[in-house]
Amino acid sequence: MTVNDFWVLSPEIAMALLALVVITADLITRNVVKVLFITLVGLTVPLVLALNLWYGWFGDPVAGSALFGTVEADRFSLFFKFLLITVSAGTILASVKYIAADRMKNYGGEFLSLLLLSVTGMMLLVSATELITIYVALELSALPIVALAAIHRTKQGIEAGTKFFVLSAISSAILLYGFAYIYGYVGSTNLEMIMERLAVIPTEAGVPFGSYAVLLAVILVVAGFGFKMAVVPWQMWVPDVYQGAPTPVAAFLSVASKASAFAVIMRIMYSAFGDPSMMQDWSGLFAILAAISMTVGNVLALAQSNMKRLLGYSTIAQAGYILVGVASVPANQVGSAFSGAGPQGAMYYLAGYAFTNLAVFFAVIAITMRTGDDSIDGLKGMLKRSPLLASLLVFGILSLLGMPPTVGFMAKVVVFGSALNANLAWLAVIGVVNTVIAAYYYLRVIRMIVFDDPVETSTFSGDKPILVAAGVAAIGTGIFGLAPFLLLEFAESALTIVPGL
Amino acid sequence: MFEGLLTITVFLPATVAILVTLFARGKEVDRQVRWISIAASAVTFALTVMVYVGYDQAVGGIQMVDYYERWIPVDALRSSYLLGVDGLSAPLVLLTGILGLAAAFASWRIKKRVREYFMWLLLLETAVLGVFVSLDLLLFFIFFEFELIPMFMLIVLWGSGRPRYSAMKFVLFTLAGGAFMLVGILAIYVTPDVGTLAMVSIPELGITGIPELMAGAKLALPAALIFGFFFIAFAVKLPLWPVHSWLPDAHTDAPTAVSVMLAGVLLKMAGYGLLRINLGFFQETQDFTIHDVAGPMAIIAAISVIYGGIVTVRQTDMKRLIAYSSVSHMGFVMLGLSAVGASAVDTSAAGLNGAALQMFTHGTITGLAFLMVGLSYDRTHTRHIPHLGGLWKKMPMIAIFFLIAGFGSLGLPALSGFVAEIMVFLGTFSVWPWPTAVAAFGVVLAAGYTLWMVQRVFFGARPATPGLSDQVYENLTDASWVDMIPVIILAAPIFIIGLWPSVVTDVFDIGIQAVLR
Repeated sequence: MTVNDFWVLSPEIAMALLALVVITADLITRNVVKVLFITLVGLTVPLVLALNLWYGWFGDPVAGSALFGTVEADRFSLFFKFLLITVSAGTILASVKYIAADRMKNYGGEFLSLLLLSVTGMMLLVSATELITIYVALELSALPIVALAAIHRTKQGIEAGTKFFVLSAISSAILLYGFAYIYGYVGSTNLEMIMERLAVIPTEAGVPFGSYAVLLAVILVVAGFGFKMAVVPWQMWVPDVYQGAPTPVAAFLSVASKASAFAVIMRIMYSAFGDPSMMQDWSGLFAILAAISMTVGNVLALAQSNMKRLLGYSTIAQAGYILVGVASVPANQVGSAFSGAGPQGAMYYLAGYAFTNLAVFFAVIAITMRTGDDSIDGLKGMLKRSPLLASLLVFGILSLLGMPPTVGFMAKVVVFGSALNANLAWLAVIGVVNTVIAAYYYLRVIRMIVFDDPVETSTFSGDKPILVAAGVAAIGTGIFGLAPFLLLEFAESALTIVPGL
Repeated sequence: MFEGLLTITVFLPATVAILVTLFARGKEVDRQVRWISIAASAVTFALTVMVYVGYDQAVGGIQMVDYYERWIPVDALRSSYLLGVDGLSAPLVLLTGILGLAAAFASWRIKKRVREYFMWLLLLETAVLGVFVSLDLLLFFIFFEFELIPMFMLIVLWGSGRPRYSAMKFVLFTLAGGAFMLVGILAIYVTPDVGTLAMVSIPELGITGIPELMAGAKLALPAALIFGFFFIAFAVKLPLWPVHSWLPDAHTDAPTAVSVMLAGVLLKMAGYGLLRINLGFFQETQDFTIHDVAGPMAIIAAISVIYGGIVTVRQTDMKRLIAYSSVSHMGFVMLGLSAVGASAVDTSAAGLNGAALQMFTHGTITGLAFLMVGLSYDRTHTRHIPHLGGLWKKMPMIAIFFLIAGFGSLGLPALSGFVAEIMVFLGTFSVWPWPTAVAAFGVVLAAGYTLWMVQRVFFGARPATPGLSDQVYENLTDASWVDMIPVIILAAPIFIIGLWPSVVTDVFDIGIQAVLR
């Protein structure tokens, strides 16, 4: 490894070291509060290092890529690294009470350390530019989550962990199968090389991607990441795992895991299959997936009675909206202007969704920890019992629903607008219809929180750390809705992966 | 005026609302919140006065522009943060300031969940102000929809009667209208020749607005359909017959101050939208212009006026009566709009000016009427007209101002209602004689129901089977000085505009001429 390699990988290295420091500190002090403190303070190190790579505070690295071109610290990856670090900080704040609880007494440090290792994997994943590295990073991000999901060793927890493990193993196998096809066909695992070679290999007319082998490979790769993105038809694990896993883990899974999977699939598609004619082929594939995901997620959510399951289905639908942005590729642009509105919108949606979903999950964590009831009926009259938490929850749900002026509305407008611009008007229409369907179940939850009479009358307020985390997430939801340019400008300058921009 | 005045004006109430909700704590919290909110409304009012006075009539056009082009920096969606006032919106901004202040004072006696109440009330003010000053269609839409949340909360949590039913009905009607509007906005936007969301042209900033770009353009959907989408959204909100049925319920069940805001400014968002969008955008469009439907508009307006008036006559609940009278009065706005005529040559600017002025005066007059009903109800605890009578002796001040609101509503000369209605009639008669002649009977009906109600409730003898026991009747008190503050705030413009209409009409005229181009 050269100095430059260290420089480029510094945020990941810092994150991995932090995981080790945390587990050691846990062994030494056996005091979970101190360990938490170390973790939260320690998170600033990878954050500063990532910021440094963006702004070049301590001088720019000589080259953007490292380790023989297998990872790249471009702005696209940094955008997601900021997001991942923020999300993990939020998740840790929200887990404070969880970790301090009796049944977690002996493995609070493990919980934190596993979480940090998973984040390390995700950070590596978003910057990987080579298939094998992508696979290794993916495993590193997924395996800790298996342990995290089952950390309570309750029946439900173990079921969730096992389910996640088995399905994640299957999806990895499918993914590798796809990678193998790509390698066999073009003879390289480097994304840029794949693009170069694909351009010179003769194509068959009338076949998507110019060859059935590539078509099959792309389908397998998308299927493999489909599990992580939680899009239909690879969504079956979502509600079960969300319900069984500890809620902070579910929150982490619904945001961080999804964001990194979207990042890597966008990178693979734009870097390896970024040729305009291929773009149009995979755009169609994603458009279909988007339509199915939105519709199935929303329709299945209608009948749910458990809040965490409902959120599970809602994240499936949200993944569908994000896919609308992914499907809106520049190659289909209606006007003459060449623009990356689709991927830009998808990134904006992902970041906005992260804040929104965390606000919702954190409020749910704080409420269910007190009431011990995670059914939707358990939220009845919550506005009277815990006004602040209930308001945060309602605000977050309004953003998921897409009510102006929250980020949920803005993000939907941007992705649907990009779909219109990319000649996918039918997809935008399906999206709008879906927001109306979704309004039904979201509003039902809001109605229970705000208008129904509470089952119990005792009042409570959340614990400080989780209130802070939920509050910050809610503020982000509001600010990024009122001032969308804050995130959109950021996403625009991070569009380094789209060829021609 | 200084840079950012409009942004400050719009967001001041919301900022105060959020800060108060987050940080107001302690024993005396309700009292503090009340005072802070009133202060915030007063400052907002002062700012709206600055906007109105600062609007340079000699220069005209769009002024006090706040522009941030890269608000949504996506090439696929060129929406900018564009605020500005012209002659059309400046008076409505002022109206919102006046009513916001009156509503804050009128909420003095709210006891339940004070902090939340004022938060929603202030957020409502921000939403309405935002609608009037937004010159970007998406921004306009956001404010237009956002207003639903505070309104819904205010009706449900502080309403009476069947608040949930009424609030839900209000939201569903408006949301349905809003969905149509969104489709209309997108259809205009995706038209290749348009491709912008700016509602007006501002040459200084190099902005070419939709009205100019749509002239002669072939739209993505048939122009008549897009016109219809906007028309439905605004007709629901105005409201016009036959989509008015949410209004009496919402008004009747809302708390007094919220009724004042609803009748005073929320309905005006629709009138404003009709003028700015339906009239402003669809004058020279290909295949279809507003002139094609001016006739049907006049007829619907006449039906609204007469239908609203007849239904009003049958009401026995004071609040419901005033609510229905709003349907009739907003019909005059539509009638004035129809003065745009069957072709550009026929257009009568006087009719359009009358429509704009009618919006302003209806805001103050009906606001005052709702306020007086509220004051009376606070004391008698009934709004059932047959149960009331002879209140004049016990509460003379309330009776006098109720009478002023009534006279304003029926169009007594020297009060603002007269000026507005006469302008509408004179302007529209030359264009659509028959619908105008029919609608003129609305004034007769208004005289009937208003005088009948005031006479029964305040001046007539007590009924044989009174709703109030003798003891309650004897102990009735008149309005206190706190109650009188909002009354004066709303009554003053009625006299001022009645005697000196050009203080508003001159400004409106600048806006109307600009819209007509």
